Amino acid sequence: MSSFVSQTIKDLPPSGIRKFFDVAAEMEDVVSLGVGEPDFVTPWHIREEAIFSLEQRHTMYTSNAGMSELRDEISRYMSDRFGLQYNPNSQVLVTVGASEGIDIALRAIINPGDEVLVVEPCFVSYNPCVLMAGGVAVSVPTKAENDFRVTADDIRDKITPKTKAVMLCYPNNPTGAILEHDDLDKIAALLREHEIVVISDEIYAELTYGDDPHTSIASFAGMYEKTIVINGFSKAFAMTGWRLGFVCGPSELMEAMAKIHQYIIMCAPTIAQYGGLEALKNGMPDVEAMRKEYDGRRRYMLDEFCKMGIDCFEARGAFYLFPSIKKFGMGSEEFCRRLLNEQRLAVVPGTAFGACGDGYIRCSYAYSIDSIKEALLRLRKFI
Amino acid sequence: MRMDLLSLLERDAKLTAGEIAVRLGVSEEDVKKEIETLEREQIICGYGAFVNWKRVDNEHLTALIEVRVTPSRGKGFKGIAERIYRFDEVKAVYLMSGAYDLAVIIEGRTLNEVAEFVSDKLSPLESVLSTATHFVLNKFKDHGIVFDGQDLSDERMIVSP
Repeated sequence: MSSFVSQTIKDLPPSGIRKFFDVAAEMEDVVSLGVGEPDFVTPWHIREEAIFSLEQRHTMYTSNAGMSELRDEISRYMSDRFGLQYNPNSQVLVTVGASEGIDIALRAIINPGDEVLVVEPCFVSYNPCVLMAGGVAVSVPTKAENDFRVTADDIRDKITPKTKAVMLCYPNNPTGAILEHDDLDKIAALLREHEIVVISDEIYAELTYGDDPHTSIASFAGMYEKTIVINGFSKAFAMTGWRLGFVCGPSELMEAMAKIHQYIIMCAPTIAQYGGLEALKNGMPDVEAMRKEYDGRRRYMLDEFCKMGIDCFEARGAFYLFPSIKKFGMGSEEFCRRLLNEQRLAVVPGTAFGACGDGYIRCSYAYSIDSIKEALLRLRKFI
Repeated sequence: MRMDLLSLLERDAKLTAGEIAVRLGVSEEDVKKEIETLEREQIICGYGAFVNWKRVDNEHLTALIEVRVTPSRGKGFKGIAERIYRFDEVKAVYLMSGAYDLAVIIEGRTLNEVAEFVSDKLSPLESVLSTATHFVLNKFKDHGIVFDGQDLSDERMIVSP
């Protein structure tokens, strides 16, 4: 039957994480620092509101773009948190997770053969989504000596007349890197000179540590008009399983995305939308409490790496650290495979997120301090 | 740092100054000093363990007593509250709004012991007008901690992107 499978799909490489997961899932007594989702359960008031929505018989479709109350709240949130003004009626689209946002943003803009600059290491779906949309993914590797911040020069080097878009994800999965105002300012200055769309995946925006809150590239002069901002509820509100995200951007692009969304999705799950509405209305204190908790774990893990002699830059976003394992004389995949087999500790090889991730591993601190302690004990034994 | 330090300690008083310092990104010295200050200022009033006594001692009994009192001139409710909380078996005394004045939480070994406390010690106090004693049948959650049966298993996939 394989002759029926489309060539595009045949050509997609299998997810590096998937391979790894299959092995780990078969083992017993595995301790993991391998997950990309919060360990917190969605705050009860959000769950309760979703249950109440069922009791109130809200079981039908909503409008394609999402419930208007929710879009109003999203619009207000984007304004309050990031200083971005989006019209809730024409510039906000509620999606099935940020993942759908990535897919429809790419499909909305790509003509066959268009090049999309993908800043790596990055989330596993970017390259496949570019390919499935008929585009050509052009890797923009970032470097450890820049703490995995992409620079304007990195991007400039890869721009060609075919370049249609650049995909950014900061705070970054898998590195935990963030971009600060100055970094963004230089990138914005470069992109202002080019007809290039920016797809900015800001799903980890709320998980930014340090004195300055997250800054969106869309808030820089000349950027709003060409930036699609993707965000969602999964990471900030611990709502991964709800599959709820949203996309904001200039009207013309939003219209194109809404067209795809209405045909392939109809609308995001209604029950999840009610949960999301409650999250934005009353959940910000929960976000702050979780952020503080992650921050404490982040410092703890960094401190332990330092004590073990493992090199790691001070990541200030998401819930990942991306330490170097180069000094142990193994590639990422070998390191992870042996760590799993010998100490039953699962971490994710940096190569799962792009070739430039080789020599690094992704360690998540979305775990209780006790779990992290146990995991680091095993790591210490291994090295 | 003060608020963050307090909320860390409130959840886990066993944390060392060193551990707190790492998690808050401050020096161990500063944490020690701040804890001393908080103790001196009686903002931190004590440290203890949250014990689920039922698991080790079937005869452990808690009662909540609603007490209506006459406040005394000059001292208000404080005078009578003091008279009540001096008894060791009294674990908590709160001034309440509503139908009664003081909520008194007491712990004893038997129903009799609690009854005797109410009849012999509490009720005879001059300013106590009436009492209503409620026995705690089970504690499901106390001090923010769920006793027995909270499912803490990690349902997440072992590895995810």
